[in-house]
Amino acid sequence: MDLILPSSGLVIWQIIGFSILLILLAKFAWKPILSALDERELTIEGALKSAEVARNEMANLKAENEKLLQEARIERDVILQKAHEVSAQMIEDAKQSAIQEGAKMIENAKAVIETEKHAALEDLKVQVGTLSLNVAEKLLKKNFADDATQKAHVEELVNDLKLN
Amino acid sequence: MTRHLLHLSVLFSVVLLMCSAPAFAAAGSGEEEDKTGFIMHHVKDSHEWHFATFGHTHVTLPLPVIIYSKDRGLEVYSSKNFQNPDTHAFGKEYGHNGYYIDEHDHLKAEDKSRSFVELSITKNVAMLFLVILVVLYLMLSTAKYYKNNPNSPPKGIASFVEPIVIFVRDEIALPNIGPKYRKFTPYLLTIFAFIWIGNLMGLMPGAANLTGNIAVTATLAIFTLVVTNLSGNREYWKHIFATPGVPKAILPILVPVEILGAFITKPFALMVRLFVAITAGHIVILSFIGLIFVFESYAVGLASTVMVTFILLIELLVATIQAYVFTLFSAMYIGQAVAEHEHH
Repeated sequence: MDLILPSSGLVIWQIIGFSILLILLAKFAWKPILSALDERELTIEGALKSAEVARNEMANLKAENEKLLQEARIERDVILQKAHEVSAQMIEDAKQSAIQEGAKMIENAKAVIETEKHAALEDLKVQVGTLSLNVAEKLLKKNFADDATQKAHVEELVNDLKLN
Repeated sequence: MTRHLLHLSVLFSVVLLMCSAPAFAAAGSGEEEDKTGFIMHHVKDSHEWHFATFGHTHVTLPLPVIIYSKDRGLEVYSSKNFQNPDTHAFGKEYGHNGYYIDEHDHLKAEDKSRSFVELSITKNVAMLFLVILVVLYLMLSTAKYYKNNPNSPPKGIASFVEPIVIFVRDEIALPNIGPKYRKFTPYLLTIFAFIWIGNLMGLMPGAANLTGNIAVTATLAIFTLVVTNLSGNREYWKHIFATPGVPKAILPILVPVEILGAFITKPFALMVRLFVAITAGHIVILSFIGLIFVFESYAVGLASTVMVTFILLIELLVATIQAYVFTLFSAMYIGQAVAEHEHH
C-alpha cells in the first residue's frame, strides 16, 4: 500500500522545493522572459503598423505623383493647343495684313502713277503748247518767205517731233 | 461526466494495482531469488540511490537520513549505517542509534512510543533537487539571453524554451483563465516546467520516479488547490454555497457536493492522473525488462528491448501530455474561480 501513501518527508521537501522554484522562476525567469516577449511582440506589431502606414503613404505619394503628371500632361497639351492656335492666328493675321498692305501699296502706287500721269500729261500739255507756240512762231516767221519753204519747214518740224 | 467516470476507473485500476503488487512481489520471492522485485523497488522511494548491480556488487549512492524529534532534536545519518554493507539490505537487525529502516524502506524508531518527523534526503528528494536545478538552469539562462538580447529572435536555449512559454501563455492560460491570465501564467509555467522536466528526467536510466510519486503529485495538486481557492472571487464562492437558479430545498444536498468538488475531487483528479500515468509507464517499461530475467532467453531479450524502446518513445509523449494536462486542468480550475459571470 505504500505506493499510494504519500510520505511526509517527501511532501515537506516538495513543498519547500517547489515554493522556492516558483518564487525564483517567477521573479528571475518568467518575469523577464514574459516581459521580453511582450516587448518584442509590441515592437513587431509597431513595426508592422508603421510599415503599413509607410506603404499607404507610398501609395498615396505615387497616386499624387501620377495625378500631378497627368495634370502636367493635360496642361502641356493645352499649352501646345493654344500655341498652335496662336501661331495659326498669327500666320493668318500676317497673311491678312500682308494682303492689306499689298493692296494698300498697290493703291498707293496707282495713286502715285495717276498723279505722275497727270503731271506728265500736264507737262506734255505745256510742252505741246510750247512746241505749238514754237511751231506757230516759226511758221509765222516763215510765212513771210514762200509757201514751199513753209511746207518743208513744217515737215521738218514734224519730223523733229517724231524723232523726239 | 465522462471525465469523472474516467477518474473513477483510473482510481479502481490503481487500487487493483496496489492489491496485486504485494502478490507480484510474493510470487517472485518464493523459492528462488526475487527477479521482479526491482520493479516496485524502482517505482517507490528509497533511502539509497541504487544505480546498478554487477554480480553481487551494488553501485549505490548512500543518502542522508535526517530525523527531527522533540526529545533528540535534529539528527543526520548516512543511509549506509542502516544496511548490510554487502547486500545493501535494510532491516530491523541493522538498526542504528535507536532507528532502523524496515524491508519496505520505512524509517522506524526502535522504541515504538517515540514520535519523530523524517526529513531524509531520499532518492526522490535528491531527484527533486536535481529537477529543480535543471529547471532553474534552463529558465534562468533563457532569462539571461533575453536580458542580453532584447528585441531579437530566440537563439540557443531561448529557442527551446520560448515556444513552451508561448504555448503555456497563449494556449493554456489565456483561453482558460481569461483576462486575468497574466497573474497566473508564472504559476502555470512553473507547474509545466517542473512536471515536464521531472517526467523526462524520470525516464533516464537510474533516475528516480519523482513525478510518479503520490507525495509529489499530491503536493502539486494542493498547490493548485490553494492558488485556485485563494483567487476565488465572490461569484465562485456564491456558486459553491448558494448556487444560483437552484431551489433552496435542494441546496443542502448540492452544497456538500459543490464543496466536495472544489476541495476534494479537483485536487484528487490532478494527483491521481499524473501519478498513475507516470508510474504505469515506469512499471510497463520495467516489466518488459523484467521479462528478460524471468525467461532468461535471448529471443525474449531482443523482443523486450524493441518493446522497451517503443514504449519509451510513447513515454516521451506521455511526459509532455501529462505536463500539459496537469497545467491545463490547473488553468481551468483557476479560470472557474476567477471567471466573471454576466449571465445566470
